Amino acid sequence: MKPRFLTGLLSLLMPAMVLAGEYDLTVDRVKIDTGDFVKEGIGYNGASPGPVMRFKEGENVRINVTNNLDEMTSIHWHGLILPFNQDGVPGISFPGIKPGETFTYEFPIQQAGTYWFHSHSGFQEPDGAYGAIVIEPEGREPFRYDREYVVQLTDKHPHSGDRIMRNLKMMPDYYNREQQTVGEFFSDVSENGLMNTVRDRMAWGDMRMMKADVEDLQGFTGLINGKGPEQNWTGLFEPGERIRLRFINSSAMTYFDIRIPGLDMTVVQADGNNVQPVNVDEFRIGVAETYDVIVHPKDEQAYTIFAESMGRSGYARATLAPEEGMEAAVPQLRDPARLTMADMSGMPGMDHGNMAGMDHGDMDMNSSEGMSGMDHSNMEGMDHGSMAMGKGGQSDPFYAKGSGLVPTAANGGKFLSYADLKAQDPLYEDREPTREIELRLTGNMERYTWSINGVKYEDADPIRLKYGERVRFKFVNETMMTHPMHLHGMWSILDVGADQWNPIKHTVSVQPGTTVYMETEVDAPGQWAFHCHLSYHAAAGMFRKVIVEGGPESTQAKTDVIAKDGGEV
Amino acid sequence: MSCIRSIVAVSFLASIGVSTAVTAQEMISDTTARKQPLTTWGVQFEEFEYRYSDDDEELGVWNADAFYGTDDFKVRLLTTGEYEIEEQAYETLENQLVGQIPISKFFDAKAGVRFDTPEGPDRTYAVLGVAGLAPQWFEIDANLYVSKDGDTSAELDAEYELLFTNYWILSATLDATVAFSEDEEIGVGKGLVSTETGLRLSYDLIDRAFSPYVGVVHERKYGDTADLAKAEGGGTEDWFAVIGARIAF
Repeated sequence: MKPRFLTGLLSLLMPAMVLAGEYDLTVDRVKIDTGDFVKEGIGYNGASPGPVMRFKEGENVRINVTNNLDEMTSIHWHGLILPFNQDGVPGISFPGIKPGETFTYEFPIQQAGTYWFHSHSGFQEPDGAYGAIVIEPEGREPFRYDREYVVQLTDKHPHSGDRIMRNLKMMPDYYNREQQTVGEFFSDVSENGLMNTVRDRMAWGDMRMMKADVEDLQGFTGLINGKGPEQNWTGLFEPGERIRLRFINSSAMTYFDIRIPGLDMTVVQADGNNVQPVNVDEFRIGVAETYDVIVHPKDEQAYTIFAESMGRSGYARATLAPEEGMEAAVPQLRDPARLTMADMSGMPGMDHGNMAGMDHGDMDMNSSEGMSGMDHSNMEGMDHGSMAMGKGGQSDPFYAKGSGLVPTAANGGKFLSYADLKAQDPLYEDREPTREIELRLTGNMERYTWSINGVKYEDADPIRLKYGERVRFKFVNETMMTHPMHLHGMWSILDVGADQWNPIKHTVSVQPGTTVYMETEVDAPGQWAFHCHLSYHAAAGMFRKVIVEGGPESTQAKTDVIAKDGGEV
Repeated sequence: MSCIRSIVAVSFLASIGVSTAVTAQEMISDTTARKQPLTTWGVQFEEFEYRYSDDDEELGVWNADAFYGTDDFKVRLLTTGEYEIEEQAYETLENQLVGQIPISKFFDAKAGVRFDTPEGPDRTYAVLGVAGLAPQWFEIDANLYVSKDGDTSAELDAEYELLFTNYWILSATLDATVAFSEDEEIGVGKGLVSTETGLRLSYDLIDRAFSPYVGVVHERKYGDTADLAKAEGGGTEDWFAVIGARIAF
């Protein structure tokens, strides 16, 4: 995958192109071997994951993509700022790439950092069509490292994407093997008492919701750079070196909690944009997000990169070692996560006080293992504030208070929160948004339908934005699942309450029962996709087209199509 | 596609030279599958089993359905039958073809036709029903039948699954039929006709696609229906040991 730079002569002829790289990618049927199973899939240049595409900021790239499949394909450059017709979403950016055809993407690289690319056609991405992008900045980076590795995660499943979607539609709990059992009932009884446990089960049964509904898709093998836990991808280092690890979560459905026992991690970049360094023991990476961390192993020993899925149904594992073949201990998976009533609080018409006579005190007892020794009578009348102490005493403003999903570091140390992310170098002037658009994240787990404002993509009008405005998006998660919302083409400035230092992202994770705000400077004309990045949620309808009207490149013909499409905002 | 490529070429040239007039032609409408309703299908055998009764009757029994459609409308074929192995005859054989639409968050309405073609007289019914998930995780399927001759009856199916583990599952089923008029020819009396209750312990061997089970089933006829059965010389109550598999694909 070496770029074929154009000759100096050519760059003299075309002085506008300071730097230009030409790259070739083929889209191929490949075999994917996870160590647990071998599966036919889709890859790039004969492998899944595809190659690491290395670009340089300021370069104009030409990427020739040849479709060797017998079906349509596409490549979306996830997180890259580019003309909309190069964004690679069939039906929105372009028609797609037909079998046997070569499509040439051509766009200037206007940013630096860690990104990735993947097919936006059907379920080709879960089937293996993804790769990493590393862009070298023009200037100096505000942190030092001696060595770098891409650490690209995925949740490879033995079933094809089409099959998974069909199974989820047929039986939404098809893949859920962490459901509450008779055994768990009795262990809850011994912990919380019979009546509390019965009331808890009745309250959830009344809603027809499962506390165990954290991961729709279990039974995967977690891969790092295409290697399963047994195959153990290994990155070499010399003791004393600083290593930059570029974590990319290319999973179809799985959030990972990542730690490297024995090493502190300094988070320096999120979604390709530098952040003010934060030292953490562990962090959660949402689907489609990237985090760059720097580690500084001083000892001549191996370290395990351990990535546990959020619901604890699986893991990915890799190793950093001074020599090939060295290994460190692999931790055990922690107990499966359980949702609490707090995670349901976004659902319309849910009044906790009235729910089967439960009060919050009861709920908390049921959700918190850590409080089993407490006298129950003291817990009556607990307020929301203390509920946040639910699991292990941690709280995070980006989770519902008392949520069962609040992550804690395995070593009891610091777990990264969105609230810790502050932009290193804000891209935009901080200004008042010109308007707010509310997007309720909605769905019905029993029917496996997912939507925005209760409307699936198939029935939805596009969201219309005007070039030059700054829109404040208000996400209200009314479901019990976490949704990583990804707006194409324009940055998502996540409101962590840091005003001009709010971090700049491309994917914003919205936890159940929470409201999250992000702002977008509408600076990219054209039409863009905006969707939940969980593959099967997007396919089930949690997806929108965004049309940016006006701007320097608008023409009359554009408005004709717009008139035909209608619009909702 | 070549059109797109030429547009790209044009815009690239334009970005070097004249202006940044990126084009309008490529503001396309989404006609991809994503913009269409998701069509899906599935086949499930809730029961596919061999039954052996307390008076040595042997039956092959299935209870299955297949569907095809979207969130808004599905076509569903439901089939159930009991085959008397020794007599080589169908004790019951029911096939339903219904259309199904969602009517609430957890329930669908169904309407269609049912054909009964067992050993003995055939019947054709119109079907109206609701199916879905009731509070506390009871799977409910309730149907009203009207025969060509105007005989009406109702049937309630309920199922509850108890998870011993995430693979060992005990499912309890109840199927009760009530007739609002007598249909003597097929041995149905007015009132509560019959119940079938079952307990099956299954193990998910291959995903949820193949789950072998063992269980017990109790069948009982009531009231006038029981009297009609006795008059025919038949029994009114049966216990079965069953072995079979739940299948989904």
